[in-house]
Amino acid sequence: MTALAKLLRRSETAVLAILIVVMIVIGVINPAFWQADNLFNLLRANVVIGIMALSVLTVMISGGIDVSFPAFAVAAMYLTVIAMNAWGYQGVVLPFIGATLIGLVCGLANAVFIHTFRMIPLIVTLGSASVVRGLLLGLVGTSIINIDRMPPSLIAFGSSTVDVGGSKLSLMIFIYLGIAVLMWLFLTRTMAGRGVFAYGDDAESAKRVGFNTRRTVYLVYGLAGALAGFAGLLHASMIWLANPRDFVGYELDVIAAVVLGGASIFGGRGSVFGTILGVFMLTLIKNSLIIMRVDNTWQGVVVGCVIVIATALTAWRDRKALV
Amino acid sequence: MEHCRVSLKRGNAPGGTAARPPFHLSRGFAPPTGTAGFSARSVPLARLSRRSSRPEIEAHIMAEPLIELRAVTKRFPGMKALDGVDFRIFPEEIVCLAGENGSGKSTLIKIVSGIYDFDEGELLIDGKPVTAFGPRDAIASGIQVIYQDFSLFPSLTVAENLALNRLLSESRTFVDPEHRRRLGAEALARLDVEIDLDATVGRLSTADRQIVAIARALMSDTRLLIMDEPTTALTGREVDRLFAIVREIQAKGIAVLFVSHKMREMLEISERITVFRNGRKVEEGPTAEFNEARITRAMTGHDIGHERHVWAGDDDATPRLSVRGLNVGDSVRNIDLDLHRGEIVGLSGLLGSGRTELAMALFGMEPHDGDIRLDGMPLRLSSVQDAVAAGIAYVPEDRLSEGLFMQQSIARNVIASAIGRATRGPFLDQGRLMQLARDIVSDMRIATPDVDKLAGQLSGGNQQRVVIGRWLLTGPKVLILNGPTVGVDVGSKAEIHRRIRDLAAGTGLAVLMISDDVPELIQNCNRILLMHRGEIIDRLDAASVEEDDIHGRLKGLR
Repeated sequence: MTALAKLLRRSETAVLAILIVVMIVIGVINPAFWQADNLFNLLRANVVIGIMALSVLTVMISGGIDVSFPAFAVAAMYLTVIAMNAWGYQGVVLPFIGATLIGLVCGLANAVFIHTFRMIPLIVTLGSASVVRGLLLGLVGTSIINIDRMPPSLIAFGSSTVDVGGSKLSLMIFIYLGIAVLMWLFLTRTMAGRGVFAYGDDAESAKRVGFNTRRTVYLVYGLAGALAGFAGLLHASMIWLANPRDFVGYELDVIAAVVLGGASIFGGRGSVFGTILGVFMLTLIKNSLIIMRVDNTWQGVVVGCVIVIATALTAWRDRKALV
Repeated sequence: MEHCRVSLKRGNAPGGTAARPPFHLSRGFAPPTGTAGFSARSVPLARLSRRSSRPEIEAHIMAEPLIELRAVTKRFPGMKALDGVDFRIFPEEIVCLAGENGSGKSTLIKIVSGIYDFDEGELLIDGKPVTAFGPRDAIASGIQVIYQDFSLFPSLTVAENLALNRLLSESRTFVDPEHRRRLGAEALARLDVEIDLDATVGRLSTADRQIVAIARALMSDTRLLIMDEPTTALTGREVDRLFAIVREIQAKGIAVLFVSHKMREMLEISERITVFRNGRKVEEGPTAEFNEARITRAMTGHDIGHERHVWAGDDDATPRLSVRGLNVGDSVRNIDLDLHRGEIVGLSGLLGSGRTELAMALFGMEPHDGDIRLDGMPLRLSSVQDAVAAGIAYVPEDRLSEGLFMQQSIARNVIASAIGRATRGPFLDQGRLMQLARDIVSDMRIATPDVDKLAGQLSGGNQQRVVIGRWLLTGPKVLILNGPTVGVDVGSKAEIHRRIRDLAAGTGLAVLMISDDVPELIQNCNRILLMHRGEIIDRLDAASVEEDDIHGRLKGLR
């Protein structure tokens, strides 16, 4: 088989092709789409959802599913901001480390239940999401921390930009891409990353080959939690407020983006590049719906359709491959 | 001189570094004893004189056994899985382990591969007793097992599947795709086979997947390769290729332990056969001393008759099922076929010959065109419901995924195709359902205490009886069996065969039996058809055709 044929058969190629077509169509309808300001805004909207998608990607490759990351993200964000205010701390690095650690601890708790008690990831993460959200609102507080009470250091960090041809490109995009490169290296170039693929493909075989599957489960869910925590605080510093009821409904968007990017919900398959494309496609669709003044409630319909169609396509592709 | 070559390799083996060439036989065990590198100390003399009929076997027997079990007993709650078993494997020999399901052969494999511990006896590796022998110890001693499911990763590439073991055993942190590809290429080159290294394993054929599994097992310093039922899913030609590879492996100085149901294959490939029954070793000796009858007798404890199916019907009567000019897509072309009452017609051919598509079309699962008549009446078979209503029954090849509801009771499985017979109005009549199920269980001689047991808990042979029994409830006129005894052990197989022949003779059922198992076809069918590329190329009279003739014809196909 030629290299070209192989390239064409990759699901990323299909996503990329559809993406280009969609962008051309949108550009024809609305020429303002191609302006740098608009594109940079679009990229900025990729950052938080993109980092979350990378966390879900890892979980999905391992054959699991994670719906607890929005809850972990909101807990990490809100707790960190409250702590910063309480101690009057002005800094960036330490808070992000703190938020990441909070997410990590939550993720490891998921792993304990999933590995030790052999529970289904969907049930565990549904439960832990509900518990974490409930504890946050019940014990910590329900009030939104607005821009006037947000730590200025976070706001300054989240709004840092670089000037490209007269338009401002958010620096957060480079954080997202940096994490993406690290995740790509982890998943494709480390044995631990290959172990995630192997575990998702066939857990029993992974054990027989000699992977430490316990470590894989802890790694996957710990990493997912850590990334969610990091993304949560990044989100707050980019929108200049911390809302303890934030990220509701993100599960759907993020899972849609990952599936759109070609990852299999049955595990063993998925790529960082595909996920980045999936995230971009999803934000593009949502962005266009807003520009076209489609009502907010209808966006859910569109995202739902995207999940079903993308999953149907991958299932169809897999079945064709088997024949 | 076979044993000299072995001893040379052993003598030269360095301590155990990554630079070691792939097929060294030594990994941190005792230095060779004496210049010739073998010892006859532990071999009883009686055994030598009795068993050594061929020079190469003598060489094996005189060498120190790679693995030796001495009076090993393994107990499970309520039973002895192994009862005082002595067993040994010598370097470079091909041994077959025969026995019915539950005879203890899987237990033995699991002990040798370190998965099970045993309760009594001794396990010796290279003549040294070992204790606390786990899976990692087994691998370190050069023992590799290829399980029936191959334990491969379908979404990963061939190269990665091949390289993973090595990379893991070297405790690598990082992966270099080029290095991985090189390891994969080496592994395939060693077996002298060509498989696309970048293909995902899920896209390969079963035979190719098996070869990947073998190549992977040989990546480490393997000295003993254990293969569990390796030929179950292979066609005749693929079995030949596998055997060629196994001989090559042997030539590289590796011992192979085969576990198989199929006697013809055991006799063809192995040098020594060990037969187990009820956890005990009942027979052992050079393959030359065995024939099919002797193995069968040893496995089952009694003779299994080889009566053939005689059909005394009338060729000119209206056929039960008559097919004229049947086409199924591109895979089946212009088939003419008659099945008479009481006939059992065999159908064989290579995988992809169109035989399964033909069966599926007759069961309404594949769109087709052509004239199909049942007892002279034209039939339209556009769905399974049509076929069932007409009285056609189909027992699929893969009963695990297509034929049985594993998590449901035997009773529910049996009634699934004939629910109408156990209803009162819109409701199920539990009493009647149970009665029907019990009738079928006794009729098919399914070994189970009660009909509430889950189908998944039955042995392969009993599961197959449940599937066949289910169709009997629908009162079929035509029964299509696809691989009726794949993975079923000898005793159970004979029972199923007898039952099918009785049905055909007694009820006028017409049977189409699709199988790769030539002896099975000859024994049970009155006619045998061979398919190739969608057409019937041979119509043979089973009474006058020899097994080897059919094997020859199948092998000649391309």
